[in-house]
Amino acid sequence: MDDTTIIAATSIVVAGITTGFGTMGPALAEGRAVATALTSLAQQPDASATITRTLFVGLAMIESTAIYCFVVSMILIFANPFWNHFIAQAAGK
Amino acid sequence: MHLSPDQIVFWQFGFVNLNATIVFTWALMLVLALGSKLLTRNLSDDEKPSRWQGVLEIVVLGIEQQIATVGLQEPRRYIGFLGTLFLFVAAASICTVIPGYEPPTGSLSTTVALALCVFVAVPMFGILGRGLRGYLKSYVKPTWVMLPFNIISEVSRTLALAVRLFGNMMSGTMILAILVSITPLLFPIVMTVLGLLTGIVQAYIFAILAAVYIAAAMRAGEPDPDAASNPAPQPSS
Repeated sequence: MDDTTIIAATSIVVAGITTGFGTMGPALAEGRAVATALTSLAQQPDASATITRTLFVGLAMIESTAIYCFVVSMILIFANPFWNHFIAQAAGK
Repeated sequence: MHLSPDQIVFWQFGFVNLNATIVFTWALMLVLALGSKLLTRNLSDDEKPSRWQGVLEIVVLGIEQQIATVGLQEPRRYIGFLGTLFLFVAAASICTVIPGYEPPTGSLSTTVALALCVFVAVPMFGILGRGLRGYLKSYVKPTWVMLPFNIISEVSRTLALAVRLFGNMMSGTMILAILVSITPLLFPIVMTVLGLLTGIVQAYIFAILAAVYIAAAMRAGEPDPDAASNPAPQPSS
C-alpha cells in the first residue's frame, strides 16, 4: 500500500467512526433533555413558554457537539488536508 | 460535490473572486434593506394600518418580546443588532425554497463573520451599559484565578457559534445533495422542509445566544446577582 491508499482508507474509516460515536452521546443527552422537558411540561403547563425556549436553546447546544463531529468527518472525506498534500506531492514528481 | 458555496466561483480576476457566498449575501442584503425601506415608507398609527405594517409589527414586537424574556431591559437598544442577525440568518435559510440558491450561511466565512460581530458587540454593549471598569471586573469574577478561563470561554463560544450555524446549514445542503443522487423523487422535498425548520430554529438560537451573552455581560457582578438572575422558585400550586 502506498501513502495515498493508506490515507484514503484511514480517512474513510475514521470519518465513519467519528460520526457514529460522536452522535451517540448527543442522542442520549437529547433524549434525556426532551424526556425531562416533557415531564416538567406535564407538571407545570403554565411555564410552557420558558420550558420550551430553554429546551430549544439546550437542544441546540447539545446538538452542536454532534455537529462538530459531522464537520470533522466531512472535512476528512471532502476536504482532507493530508490527502491534498500527498496528491500535490505526487503531481509534483 | 462541494462543501460550501465558496467553491462556486462566478467571476475571477487575480486574487479577487466573486463566489456564490458573496453574491447571495449581497442579494439577501438588497432584499432585506429594500424590503424594510418599502415597508416603512408610509407607516400610520390610525385605526386600520396596512397589511404589511401589520406583518412588520408582528415581527418587530415578537423579536422585542423574545429579547425581553432573556433578561435585557429596554429591548429597543439591542433590536437593531439582534433583530438583524435573526432576520438575516432566517432569510438565508428560508430562501432555500428558491431553486439554484445556496444559503450563504452554509459557508464558514459568513458564519465566522457573524460570530465576530457578536464577539465585538458583547464587550461593546457591556462597556456601554456598565462602564469600562465594571465590564473588565466581570472577567475576575468570582476570583482572579478565573481570568484565563473567562477569556478562553469568550473565544470558544464565538467559535462554537460559528461552527454550529455552519455545520447545521452545511449538513442540510449536503444531505440534500446526497439524497438527490440516491432517491431523486420525494425524499429531497421532505428533507428541504426539515431544513427549513432547522434553519429557523438555528436563526432563533443564534440570536438568542447573542442576547444571552450580551445580557451576561450587562449584569455580571451586580451587587446581588442571585436576586437578579435566579428568582426564588415558585411554590407549586
